[in-house]
Amino acid sequence: METLQETINVIDLGYIDYLSAYKLQQEAVNRVIETGQQSIFLCEHPPVITLGRLAKEENFIISREQIKADNVEIHSIDRGGDITLHSPGQLVAYPILKLTNYGKDLHLYLMNLEKVLIDLLAEFDILASRFPGRTGVWFSGKKIASIGIGVRKWISFHGIGLNVSTDLNLFSYIKPCGLNVRMTSIADIKKMQIDMGQIKSEFLRKFTDVFNVRLTAGE
Amino acid sequence: MKQLVVPELGEGVENAVVACWHYQVGDNIKESDDIVELVTDKASFNVPSDYTGVLKEILVCEGQTAKIGQALALIET
Repeated sequence: METLQETINVIDLGYIDYLSAYKLQQEAVNRVIETGQQSIFLCEHPPVITLGRLAKEENFIISREQIKADNVEIHSIDRGGDITLHSPGQLVAYPILKLTNYGKDLHLYLMNLEKVLIDLLAEFDILASRFPGRTGVWFSGKKIASIGIGVRKWISFHGIGLNVSTDLNLFSYIKPCGLNVRMTSIADIKKMQIDMGQIKSEFLRKFTDVFNVRLTAGE
Repeated sequence: MKQLVVPELGEGVENAVVACWHYQVGDNIKESDDIVELVTDKASFNVPSDYTGVLKEILVCEGQTAKIGQALALIET
């Protein structure tokens, strides 16, 4: 990319509930507005279903009451896209970037996030790809990563969810992204345990390459 | 009277759906305030105002689709 190299603060939130992470994202957006400091959060969430602005109630396969009874939270949120699920074993990344420095183009930004994930998966000999017209990352007809973003004052929030060793049975609660698709994960494909720390490191390495940024350790 | 328009959102993005107005007709608004949230397939996007003034008229209601460059509202400055 033809941009000067920006510095991004990396903050690993570990295992954190969805709304706490959301609050931190909004604070980070304000920090970009006030100081210009950009961030990227990495985390895993307890089981939670989120509904984007275009979510349809019919994309719940079982009732909300039943889902909540299974200790899965449900939240309507300010991102694009339909319905999705986060749960332990899924790498969630929330880049808080000033998109005016990365082409000021929502489509380009989404494509770049897809490229980070495709490049990461290639390191594990998983030849994933885009699916025309369906944002996200796919392998052998199954979806392995979902993407949905929000933008305020051209600053991004929300981001990606990559299934590393996620319990794929949880996706049976919903039609992910409103589609009749099957989900997969790195562990499902490789038939082995995957270290989340290794995935995080690889994600950051690919993110650095694709966005041409420099990373620093955050608080 | 100034217009609040759907900004260029990127290559291949031709329109967006109005998800939510953050202000109502008659409200005072300031330059750079987020006035309305639009959604495309995978992104929500808040449109900031280029002007300080009063929101006089909303031209595209929540749930309706607007094209890039289309006027969403009128602002009296």
